[in-house]
Amino acid sequence: MTATSTSVDLDAKIPNNVGLSDDPKLQRALEQWLPKYLEWWHDMGPTDFEHMPIFLRTAVSVDRGGWANYDYVKMPDYRWGIFLTPNDSEPTIKCGDDAGTPAWSDVPGEHRNALRRIIVTQADTEPASVEQQRMLGHVAPSLYDLRNLFQVNVEEGRHLWAMVYLLQKYFGRDGRDEAEELLLRRSGDEDKPRILGAFNQPCDHWLSFFAFTMFTDRDGKYQLAALAESGFDPLARSTQFMLTEEAHHLFVGDTGLQRIIKRSAELQQLDPNGDVRAQGGIDFDLIQRTINYWYTYSLDLFGGEISSNASTFFASGLKGRYHETRRYEDHKALTGDYRLPVVENGKVVEKDVPLRTAMNEVLRDAYVADCEKVIGRWNKTLEESGSPTRLTLPSRLFHRHQGIYAGHHFDPQGKLITVEQYEANVHRWLLVPEDNDYLLSIMKPCYEPGKFANWIAPPTKGIEGRPTDFEYVKMHD
Amino acid sequence: MQQPAASSPAPVDFEVEPEHYRHWSVAYDGAIARVTMAVDPEGGLREGYELKLNSYDLGVDIELADIVRRMRFEHPEVRVVVLRSGIDRVFCAGANINMLGQSTHAWKVNFCKFTNETRCELEEATGASQQAYVAACNGTTAGGGYELALACEEIYLQDDGNSAVSLPEVPLLGVLPGTGGLTRLVDKRKVRRDRADVFSTTAEGIRGKKAKQWRLVDDVFPRSKFDEKVAVRATALVQRYSKDLPAGERKGVELTALAPEVEGNDRRYRHVALEVDQTARTASLTITGPTADDVAILRRGGEAAQQAGAELWALRAYRELDDALLHLRVNNPTVGLVLVRAKGDAQTVLDHDAALVAARDHWFVREVLLHMGRVLRRMDNTSRSFFALGDRGTAFAGNLLELALAADRFYLLDDSSAPVHVGLGELNEGALPMAHGLTRLQTRLYGEQDTLDGLVGNRALLEPSAADDAGLVTVLLDDIDWDDDVRIAIEERVSLSPDALTGMEQNLRFAGPETPESKIYARLSAWQNWIFIRPNATGPEGALTLYGRPERPSFDWQRV
Repeated sequence: MTATSTSVDLDAKIPNNVGLSDDPKLQRALEQWLPKYLEWWHDMGPTDFEHMPIFLRTAVSVDRGGWANYDYVKMPDYRWGIFLTPNDSEPTIKCGDDAGTPAWSDVPGEHRNALRRIIVTQADTEPASVEQQRMLGHVAPSLYDLRNLFQVNVEEGRHLWAMVYLLQKYFGRDGRDEAEELLLRRSGDEDKPRILGAFNQPCDHWLSFFAFTMFTDRDGKYQLAALAESGFDPLARSTQFMLTEEAHHLFVGDTGLQRIIKRSAELQQLDPNGDVRAQGGIDFDLIQRTINYWYTYSLDLFGGEISSNASTFFASGLKGRYHETRRYEDHKALTGDYRLPVVENGKVVEKDVPLRTAMNEVLRDAYVADCEKVIGRWNKTLEESGSPTRLTLPSRLFHRHQGIYAGHHFDPQGKLITVEQYEANVHRWLLVPEDNDYLLSIMKPCYEPGKFANWIAPPTKGIEGRPTDFEYVKMHD
Repeated sequence: MQQPAASSPAPVDFEVEPEHYRHWSVAYDGAIARVTMAVDPEGGLREGYELKLNSYDLGVDIELADIVRRMRFEHPEVRVVVLRSGIDRVFCAGANINMLGQSTHAWKVNFCKFTNETRCELEEATGASQQAYVAACNGTTAGGGYELALACEEIYLQDDGNSAVSLPEVPLLGVLPGTGGLTRLVDKRKVRRDRADVFSTTAEGIRGKKAKQWRLVDDVFPRSKFDEKVAVRATALVQRYSKDLPAGERKGVELTALAPEVEGNDRRYRHVALEVDQTARTASLTITGPTADDVAILRRGGEAAQQAGAELWALRAYRELDDALLHLRVNNPTVGLVLVRAKGDAQTVLDHDAALVAARDHWFVREVLLHMGRVLRRMDNTSRSFFALGDRGTAFAGNLLELALAADRFYLLDDSSAPVHVGLGELNEGALPMAHGLTRLQTRLYGEQDTLDGLVGNRALLEPSAADDAGLVTVLLDDIDWDDDVRIAIEERVSLSPDALTGMEQNLRFAGPETPESKIYARLSAWQNWIFIRPNATGPEGALTLYGRPERPSFDWQRV
């Protein structure tokens, strides 16, 4: 983007429906940020695959057909756009003390800091996941999966754009500073870590990648959905549009794990001793430990069970519940309690807390229910494959690093145990370093169209009507 | 609201032993001490709140005050004290909000006053005792946590993209940072007042390079190098603070337990007695002066004083006085008037002081004098009326005359058959300054420079009438009038509004200039105490009341 760009050039380069070509202030901000973003992408993205054409979906407009244009694109040429879901009616604040009054089209000074913090925290997760996944392409189980990985990556990049747009458009110089900081933090870096814990965990292999997109991106879905209820209208509309893309990420995780489970069931039956590992597959204990690990780290992302911030965000109309408008009648939630287990004097007891202070937990409830549905589907796959194994979600009290259960020890069933009991069993419950060694030993790249690694079943269908043996990534262009 | 200061809970004990610390640990390594804060969430002084994220209550601060005091007496070899957190990613979140929310006004005020005194004591150690405090902010440093750092000589912040220093009191709680934060920002660190305005209204605070640019911290270090860089800095500071140290072998003096005799609200120490009359709402505070033996020890010099250690009269008596004042403040809220008597022999007190001053080049004697000064400043800041009663057997001379000068009034008996002497010594002329930098004598005679000039250097004992002529006495009474006049004055005093008296006394006690320390009490604390009782903070819809509750505060927009 240069100062001499015509509006046609600009809109073609950065697809948008926010009037970018008529907004010199925003153009100037983006001009400064764009080279830094590309530099970050080159340094921290899937660099080794930059020159390969990939069959990617690009959003070029918010119309019915516009958000999903498929074609071969090299990742650095991907057109990261800025879109808000169109809004026909007069938007209103959806929750809290001012529910029903007109929504804010500009940032109200009173809530400026809180909104900025919400947006920065959400934005920080987008580049973080790209960083976590940057080496996975080298051990992809198929071209189909490789393409899905890159689709997720470029869309996380676009989600960063969406959040940076809000920061630059509505938060002045502070917003621009924050936008730069987003490119300076690094996942897992000791000195400049990403803000949230799960986004600093290593994601070395595809089992973790699928678990991450299944569980951690699903947190993202619920956070976005809660922000889609925000009284700050540009944030609500921006996150509404992001949700359409996020659905694909969840699909990748959900079906990726489902295909591993299906394949493991096949290998279980193939082996005379029912030993999946003997057949080079991923055994169910390991899958269960992976679920336990990523699910609980993702639970942490919702924040404290009893939270004055959550209460303030809801009360101020900045962040609603999941489907606030559709699912609830009382949008003030000023009365009423929420009952949850707490640890008191070495025992777990039920306690009532004011509903507003439990809004993180309310959102977590919706997430847990969603995860349970997916687990149900996976167990159906196991049943249909004739496997006796069943997978479960651990208790939400287990293995927590944030909130009221952090610092206590629970088993996966949610029973309070001693630190000694926990340490003695943790290797049975969570991923251990040997798991990584084993997984890396079986994960060899499989780049031939239509071929799939031994440890994963092929998908039932391809992308956008293409067959599964379609050349989703041109490895040698 | 629950009332932590209600009658049922046990009285607060201000004496604590290092082996019983619940929230702090100290590691000594030659000239460097590392003080680590890791507050036990379950270790609150009262029920009803959890001390999460290194937040503190009075109990946590009593331990800190003990660390700071023992550092000076028991570890004189220490030149640099590094203050850090034992909790990952949190340095200190400040005073516990739930504790404040559920506390009575009196409890909040006493809590803030004590924490302020602790920070001033910590701050004084750098210049006066060559013990420099360095705040190693290895995580979020919010509110009182940042104010604690501000009291340190230097502040270092971890630069990890997340850790910020902040004063969120105004935007989040509708109150002020209560432990000197605003004053130290502009007065001590010389942060520009417009930037201080932005900083103090930004709840999330400021991190990284900007925090350094704005002088909110001295430097920022990456997380991986933080401990190393702070250690390097601490070592460099050891050099700076090792120059021109006072004489004497730097062998620590243990502050042994005072163990007073306790009977109800009364406390009898070796040299001090506090007797409370709940019905009359008065207390009698009596301090017994040094003996000829005490003088003899001091005349043998600083080493002999150091050998006497915690048993030295000047240290022991003032530690007892300190404990009695704190007990009075926190555990006896309805006692409005304290009747102060200093017993003993006036000439012996003056001899004692002269010997003490003669040995002041010794580090231990210097610490003893600094400690006496702090205890007297605690008295200046105590929101009770003090009447010094100079009746038969009293010896308001030298350091004990400071008690009369600190008092709001000084009644002196004029009985020619047994004259009560008053005397001035060197300790009245600069060694025991008030918070605003003047001596109590200068403050008392603020408009009477000639009288003051005539008194300074006069070491002769003064007859009662001469003391009165010199402007040291409020009311001179003969033995016929004494009983009735004193009784009436006491009865009149305890009938007046305690709030008005507190305000009046604090205004009258500090004639003359201000210093950052006096501003913290006179300006910051006074405003804070006002805000604490305003509906916008503590009314049913106030920000402090509703913090952590589902409702949002609602303000009365009228500026007053």
